[in-house]
Amino acid sequence: MARLTLPPNSRIDSGKTWRASSGAGTVRRFVVYRWNPDDGRNPRTDTYEVDLDNCGPMVLDALIAIKTELDSTLTFRRSCREGVCGSCAMNIGGVNSLACTFPIRDVKGDVSIYPLPHLPVVKDLVPDMKQFYAQYASIKPWMRAVTPPPPDRERLQSPEDRDRLDGLYECILCACCSTSCPSYWWNGDRYLGPAALLQAYRWIADSRDEYSGERLDDLEDPFRLYRCHTIMNCTRACPKGLNPAKAIAEIKKMMVVRQL
Amino acid sequence: MSSSSRPLSPHIQIYKPQLTSVLSIAHRATGIFLCLGAVVFAWWVTALSIGPEAFETVRGALGSWLGTLFLIGWTFSFFFHLCNGIRHLFWDAGRGFEIRTAYASGKAVLAASIAMTLIAIAFAFAM
Repeated sequence: MARLTLPPNSRIDSGKTWRASSGAGTVRRFVVYRWNPDDGRNPRTDTYEVDLDNCGPMVLDALIAIKTELDSTLTFRRSCREGVCGSCAMNIGGVNSLACTFPIRDVKGDVSIYPLPHLPVVKDLVPDMKQFYAQYASIKPWMRAVTPPPPDRERLQSPEDRDRLDGLYECILCACCSTSCPSYWWNGDRYLGPAALLQAYRWIADSRDEYSGERLDDLEDPFRLYRCHTIMNCTRACPKGLNPAKAIAEIKKMMVVRQL
Repeated sequence: MSSSSRPLSPHIQIYKPQLTSVLSIAHRATGIFLCLGAVVFAWWVTALSIGPEAFETVRGALGSWLGTLFLIGWTFSFFFHLCNGIRHLFWDAGRGFEIRTAYASGKAVLAASIAMTLIAIAFAFAM
């Protein structure tokens, strides 16, 4: 059920301000969510002043600058710094995105940074993704077939059939879409969410997969699929420009068509 | 440590509203408001069948400034819910999912429902 307020242990206190050194040029304020599992206190937001003249253009550059120069205790995930790994997904200026590909100049005023919404927090900007990954595993994200592959070559696919996977296979499972979805906030324990459903459709749409019927059977459920109400936060948030809302609509369409 | 003691990251408190999400919750809100309107409509029809005195009571209530305000609210809710419902039918057919199209159709729904509400109000007061 929808619970609009945060539980008592999750309410956010105001934290401290870390000033930029006096020689700093263009200063920008970053308001960052902090929570330390070891001090027994509630989460807070700390404000960091970052000198943009000595910092790269992306939000991840600012976070790394904060960690290196102001506060080494700030904790966040990052790896590829080019939008391929999905590690640095977080809520920036109110919208989910990847810190590494999100330009600081795209945020007006103070840059607010929170962990991905409505997830248990491990520390600072690091959320617990266990449930998200379990839901991905539940859609059996691999090719399933009864027909054995040809002995002398791989399973072939026409260029047209391959084209149907464009816009689906590029997903990096960063969870920006699923954690932007109000339906997923309220029913994340039973609704699969945009990311898992986009991947479910990626296998349903694959001409080599022979289990489309079973895959649709697994999704035919008031919660797993039908909690999508076309709110479209997912499509707006996707840092790879994919369209989970459309993929979900395609699954819903197939549910109807197979009844005819 | 147990995972249950972990705080929940903020969600609706911090997520930026966007046209598509605002219209989505408005669709639900107008739907609920219209259910209430259906009860009032039933009250009006029932009073009509009971007799002139009962009908005058309902007319008085709906003709007051507060009643008029609610009637305008129901008129807008009706047209918005209708137009946005048609938008949902296009989505059900798998069309209009590009972000640009979804924003354009959202603005069209808003403009159409405001225009239809104004026309309805003009007709009502002209009568």
